[in-house]
Amino acid sequence: MPFQGEKPIFLQLAEQLEEAILSGAYPEGSQVPSITEYAATYKINPATANKGINLLVSAGLLYKKRGIGMFVAEGARAKLRQQRSEAFYQDYVKKLVREAQNLGLDLDQLTELIQRGYYDVH
Amino acid sequence: MSIELQSISKRFGSTQALDQVSLTLEEGHIYGLLGNNGAGKTTLLSILTDRLRPDFGQVLVDGQPVKNNDEALGKLFLVGEQNFFPEDMKVKRAFETAASFYPDFDLEQAHKLAKEFGLPLKKKITSLSTGYASIFRLVLGLSVNTPYILFDEPVLGLDAQHRDLFYRLLIEKYSQEPCTVIISTHLISEVENIVDHTIILRDGRILRDAPTEELMENTYAVSGPAGMVDRYTEDKTILSSHSLGGLKTVSIQGQPESDLPLGLEVSRMSLQDYFISLQEAAEREEEPA
Repeated sequence: MPFQGEKPIFLQLAEQLEEAILSGAYPEGSQVPSITEYAATYKINPATANKGINLLVSAGLLYKKRGIGMFVAEGARAKLRQQRSEAFYQDYVKKLVREAQNLGLDLDQLTELIQRGYYDVH
Repeated sequence: MSIELQSISKRFGSTQALDQVSLTLEEGHIYGLLGNNGAGKTTLLSILTDRLRPDFGQVLVDGQPVKNNDEALGKLFLVGEQNFFPEDMKVKRAFETAASFYPDFDLEQAHKLAKEFGLPLKKKITSLSTGYASIFRLVLGLSVNTPYILFDEPVLGLDAQHRDLFYRLLIEKYSQEPCTVIISTHLISEVENIVDHTIILRDGRILRDAPTEELMENTYAVSGPAGMVDRYTEDKTILSSHSLGGLKTVSIQGQPESDLPLGLEVSRMSLQDYFISLQEAAEREEEPA
């Protein structure tokens, strides 16, 4: 299970769900697994699973149907893409720049590396 | 609804196994009971279930003392090392016997779980291998449906696949029927995302008793060049410290500052790393100056 690293588990779960919505693994309007299923599969406390899923519910990405389960909201993908661009800057770009500064790279060198990466990754 | 331990002390000869331990175990949590060998975990669980009497203090279950109290004891089930079934009893019969003692015991569930684990119902309990003897007790614990279920080293002797299955079944059971679970274990990394509350025992005393999340938010590790790390940690509470060449990693009690000097790396600690750091800190304190 990829639950390791810097972030609390409930955030990692929330991000995985977002990832699944973005990639289309959980299409808009479809039902997602229950809290028990997430908790049992990932071996996490159900309260933690609940906390992670509630992040998506309060962001309007998932909605609950009483007695039936949870579903992906219409427009969730577009919403996520927009959020992700800002998060990309905060989480990746800033870290990348910091690490580049640690390594003593200047802006031109960093730009060159990004260009190299851009064309290397297909 | 809770179990309350009020100032429990227990001595074996010259060893103070438990020293004025007070704890409250609230309904609807999965507690992790952690400690090195000899910390007092099994003694604590035995006293909780009235298998052992404390020298001082008492245990209350939902407000009632457990001492000689069948009603209070009927709310607890301890999955431990011992079997309380006659030697030649078969697994199936043992389930039925358990069901006659515990009114909410789910016989159907026990058979279903036995099948999932591959536990043969027709075998005598005494002829089960170490692993399957553990599994037999786990199946009892997962089927008994008492409000409080205590697991003492539940996965001892189990292979990785069966351990994984146990954790999954435990979580399923716990989320379907709210209960209170206490797991005493050395395999900290396997339960660290499961236990929402952590109790750490050391030499018969409680070192920590807090929600797991709170413990983990209040500790972190810093690593970098030794000189820089030393300067950074000057005014901080250090739990443990390790050097590898000129690189130093220190675990700290507290929360990291938002702007860290360039060249230092902050990382979150796992519950297991935190546990080890706490033990190291305690050992340092115990050393004669």
